[in-house]
Amino acid sequence: MIEIVSEDRCVKCDLCVDACPDNVFDAVPDSAPVIARQSDCQTCFLCELFCPTDALYVSPLSEAIEGSTETDLIAKGVMGSFRREMGWKNAKPRGTAGDMSYRIFETGTITP
Amino acid sequence: MGETAEKIEADILVIGGGPAGCWAAWNAAANGASVVLIDKGYVGTSGATAAGNTTTIYTRRGTAERAATVGQRVRLGHGFTEAERVERVLDRTLENLDLLAKWGYDFPSYEDGRPYRGMLRGPDYLRFMRQKLIKARVKVIDHCPVEQLLVSDGAVAGAVARFRRSGETLEIRSGAVVIATGGCAFLSGALGTHNLTGDGYLMAAEAGAVLSGMEFSAQYGISPAYSSVTKGVVYFWGTFSDEQGNVLTAPGDRQSVVASELIRGPVYAILDKASPRLQEGFRRGQPNIFVPFDRMGIDPFKERFPITLRHEGTVRGTGGLKIDHRSTTTVPGLFAAGDAATRQGMSGASTGGGGPNSSWAMATGSWAGEDAASYVRSLGANWRAREARTTNQRKTPSSPPSSDDLNSVVAQTKQQILPLDGGYFRNQESLSKASSILSDLWDDEAWRSGDRAKVREAEALIATSRWATESALLRKESRGLQRRTDFPDPNPLLARSIDSGGTDDIWASFQPQQKMSAAS
Repeated sequence: MIEIVSEDRCVKCDLCVDACPDNVFDAVPDSAPVIARQSDCQTCFLCELFCPTDALYVSPLSEAIEGSTETDLIAKGVMGSFRREMGWKNAKPRGTAGDMSYRIFETGTITP
Repeated sequence: MGETAEKIEADILVIGGGPAGCWAAWNAAANGASVVLIDKGYVGTSGATAAGNTTTIYTRRGTAERAATVGQRVRLGHGFTEAERVERVLDRTLENLDLLAKWGYDFPSYEDGRPYRGMLRGPDYLRFMRQKLIKARVKVIDHCPVEQLLVSDGAVAGAVARFRRSGETLEIRSGAVVIATGGCAFLSGALGTHNLTGDGYLMAAEAGAVLSGMEFSAQYGISPAYSSVTKGVVYFWGTFSDEQGNVLTAPGDRQSVVASELIRGPVYAILDKASPRLQEGFRRGQPNIFVPFDRMGIDPFKERFPITLRHEGTVRGTGGLKIDHRSTTTVPGLFAAGDAATRQGMSGASTGGGGPNSSWAMATGSWAGEDAASYVRSLGANWRAREARTTNQRKTPSSPPSSDDLNSVVAQTKQQILPLDGGYFRNQESLSKASSILSDLWDDEAWRSGDRAKVREAEALIATSRWATESALLRKESRGLQRRTDFPDPNPLLARSIDSGGTDDIWASFQPQQKMSAAS
């Protein structure tokens, strides 16, 4: 579930408020968005892709609270890791061509 | 209808902004129609495709690769797959994938430089489609769940929606409506399915539409126990074990082996059969699977982790709205595409998850857009003057809103569908009990006074559960996703589809012969 909106990193663009398919965030004038409906989060990590400043953290735990702090996550290099692996920059996909999924089918184990 | 803050008009209204809805909207616009595409979330992140990668099937008719796919669909379809329909779907898929390339979608390449078009990255694909639609002058409306359809003299004439944030209603009058709201995963927590609550089935059924194959909805996907990530492809290279570490080798498909053991106790998996080359392919191809493992500090190739099964319902099962050989439902002016439509003609009684469903979405979405555009042309300009009425005649009860009641109703509904014992493996007793509880929940008015969007989702969940349960009760055999412990074998006499429908009075009935299509 979504756990952190970093006040330090957030640039108040509210892209996450729009991009969340489950309407989890509320925009706040002159401030970072708040996590208003955490239990509606479907743990899809997509808000992280749209965040231009890696200010969001979605824990992989979909039914429990992880409780990591922003300091810990920054130290572990986790903030923004999904966006980096996917190659998104400034809310735009820039890594589409880097997908190596064709290797899944090259041994003939499965038929698409 | 209550207060209507805003009224708009379009030749075609497409409800649901996943791949099927996007292709429907683009094809309708390309055929000269004015189009509104509306989603209860955000077009680009809503739905099951957005949250992961999706395999596509890029093959040419007459090749060995095409024959392998069609052969597999027919074999797994348990008597319901129509080979020529699969061919037509895959022909259109090839065409659409080539179109994406022509438009400049940044497809990857094999190491030898040949283009690879057999996989689409969900968020990249849907963001690309969103931009394409905006350029094609499609009006995209986000965060605005449709509450019900409008009808005029038996034909669908638009819909009423309500903005999630302002609570204001939006009336959209249209010549035709395309339902592309996806399947229903019964709020199981499977990846990308939180919005997929069967809303489109309910609004279509209220307008008189028929569903088909709803008993083939008991599809479950493997995910790490703590996680939403139901991406099953990696487990082809996995080994499953019980608490003590004994490897699970029971006969049968891997899902059933895992399901049987999970009823007894915890099950673990390790992806120990993936070569280093494939491991790199997985990591560079599917970050949505591996970033969560990294965050948990688990190396899934080297250490075992607990897994569970999450219900994927008709998102990966094959039940849905009954359509003809393309995308026309049984109600004039109403079209259905993607997971909202029954996929029995393509995947029969088995899951269509992955390539078959993504191809189906492209083809049926395109057909829905084209056919809706010609339907609206056939109406002439007169549709704009039609009198329209709402289809949900239920009155909102006057009792004070109670979110506790609503949450309890949703929890009770899920309890009738999700548990492996009763959901995955069914019998007369478990299904009859579920049928009776679901019927009582539907008939109870008191919980319907809360937040309109949540109430409609709960109604859709109950209605979808009821069609699935009544159809499963009627099919007294085991076939594909229908697993009856009291009828463990297939019955050759029952190789016929089951239609269902109704809202207050639910019905299900076998169709005379094997014929998946509505009359065309």
